[in-house]
Amino acid sequence: MKTIVATDLRLAYGTREVIHGISFEVERNEIFAIIGPAQSGKTSLLRCLNRTIDFVPEATVSGSLLLEGEDVRKIRDVYGLRRRVGMVAPLPVGLPLSIYDNVAFAPRCVGLRQKSDLDAIVERCLCQAALWDEVKDRLSSLGTALSGGQQQRLTIARALSHEPEVLCLDEFSIAIDPVTTMRIEDVLKELRSQITIILVTNLVQQARRLADRTMFLWRGEIVEIDRSEVVFSDTPGDRRTYGYVQGTFG
Amino acid sequence: MSVEPLLPAARFARTDSVRRRERAQSLAKATFFVMAIAMILPLIAIVGYLVYRALPSLSVDFLLDVPRRGMREGGIWPAFIGTLYLVGISLAVAAPIGVLAAIYLNEYARDTWLNRLISLAVINLAGVPSIVHALFGLGAFVYAARFGYSVLSASLTLAIMTLPVIIASTREALASVPMAFREACWNVGATRLQTIRAVVLPNSISGILTGIILQVSRAAGETAPIMFTGAVFFKAVERGNLFPYHLNDQCMALSMHLYTLSTQVPNVEPSVLYATAVVLLATVLLVNVTAIAFRVWLRNRKKW
Repeated sequence: MKTIVATDLRLAYGTREVIHGISFEVERNEIFAIIGPAQSGKTSLLRCLNRTIDFVPEATVSGSLLLEGEDVRKIRDVYGLRRRVGMVAPLPVGLPLSIYDNVAFAPRCVGLRQKSDLDAIVERCLCQAALWDEVKDRLSSLGTALSGGQQQRLTIARALSHEPEVLCLDEFSIAIDPVTTMRIEDVLKELRSQITIILVTNLVQQARRLADRTMFLWRGEIVEIDRSEVVFSDTPGDRRTYGYVQGTFG
Repeated sequence: MSVEPLLPAARFARTDSVRRRERAQSLAKATFFVMAIAMILPLIAIVGYLVYRALPSLSVDFLLDVPRRGMREGGIWPAFIGTLYLVGISLAVAAPIGVLAAIYLNEYARDTWLNRLISLAVINLAGVPSIVHALFGLGAFVYAARFGYSVLSASLTLAIMTLPVIIASTREALASVPMAFREACWNVGATRLQTIRAVVLPNSISGILTGIILQVSRAAGETAPIMFTGAVFFKAVERGNLFPYHLNDQCMALSMHLYTLSTQVPNVEPSVLYATAVVLLATVLLVNVTAIAFRVWLRNRKKW
């Protein structure tokens, strides 16, 4: 079974349709990149997936969006859904809690209280996010006091703390330096074996480095989905893809 | 053709436009400074004058003693403790209701006509004159609810008066918590309630408390709402008694006492009047200073 199957998915804010009936599939344990210029519906698509689109009152979603065969739009327990779909926002958000509490927040929300269990989760997630060595001696200091790159890794650790099946990263690198970006990219390569990753990015090179397959989304429509070797080759399926990747279009 | 090389010193010479900006800058600074001083001077003058005129009567005994000889002598204990009662009970009622209502309006309410109506009502209620609240309290609590002229009626009337302002200030405090914090919580599957408890309230509590405590001065200073609903000219109370009033008793209050003393009682020693005003002012200022200190303490713990 595919991890995510979208069929004729449409999203409108009021009368303005921003995603015009797109269909795609995401395989289990692949890195699936979504590229495209601003206003293409990339972030909106992610918000449909974890149902934070519900917070936008005038948004209407139609078509079907399946997560492991289950229709996301009909899931009753949205909080459970959001734990299954980890989300990392473009700007790093350290919650104004200690580093430990930042990571332990999601497990505590589902009622986990045992100190030893929480300790284990915090250590595992911070290790996975390549942050453990830098913060292990000051877990009780504030998450907001970390540097931008560290906060972004903290955000990733937080997103991993509820053991999601899918990890969505929305332009995670726009606010952090190239060195940290490379460290996080290494983290993602490590995680690939355990988790499905959806990577929304403006950086064509980043998609080329990481993604197994890439989708080029433009103005709410799919221009092309293919293996990254094809999308980023000299002969992709659509001329616009070539233009966008080369920087002459979009 | 030869070009004179510009010396570095010449390049950074002050031109006319730079001088103009500097003049405007210092003029603006001076203006703001004068305005700030103009704010403080009258306050110092008023307080200084009050204390100076009050000195002959001001003593611990004045605070703890009961009024004698038709209010002309003795102290103000019944009025002082009455004000504490009224303010305490009204805030105990208004603060929880106000904070919970504000949490609903800011964290849960969607943009529907009903919620807009509630917001509009809150804003307008905050602007209603206190005498109108007094008449409402008279009709609603004294007569309709049959609480009579009592501490309870007067406190509830004060609560109704302070409630909209508490809601407004609490909403403002909640709205100052960045949306990104809430979204980060929702993204990991936290409910709204969990988000409010873990992130929103801890980071807005100083603003919320400040808003509430500032209402103390308003509630303590108002005369009209309590005059119609439960405050009286005189009530026999033992000296220094901390629990002189029941909820259904009438009570004295500082603001009311000051008003009647200065308009209804002939031949009052002026220093008694001034001393009453000083006690009222000191009570309010003390609460405000506490509020500010508390706010500073909380802000130092603020985490971003």
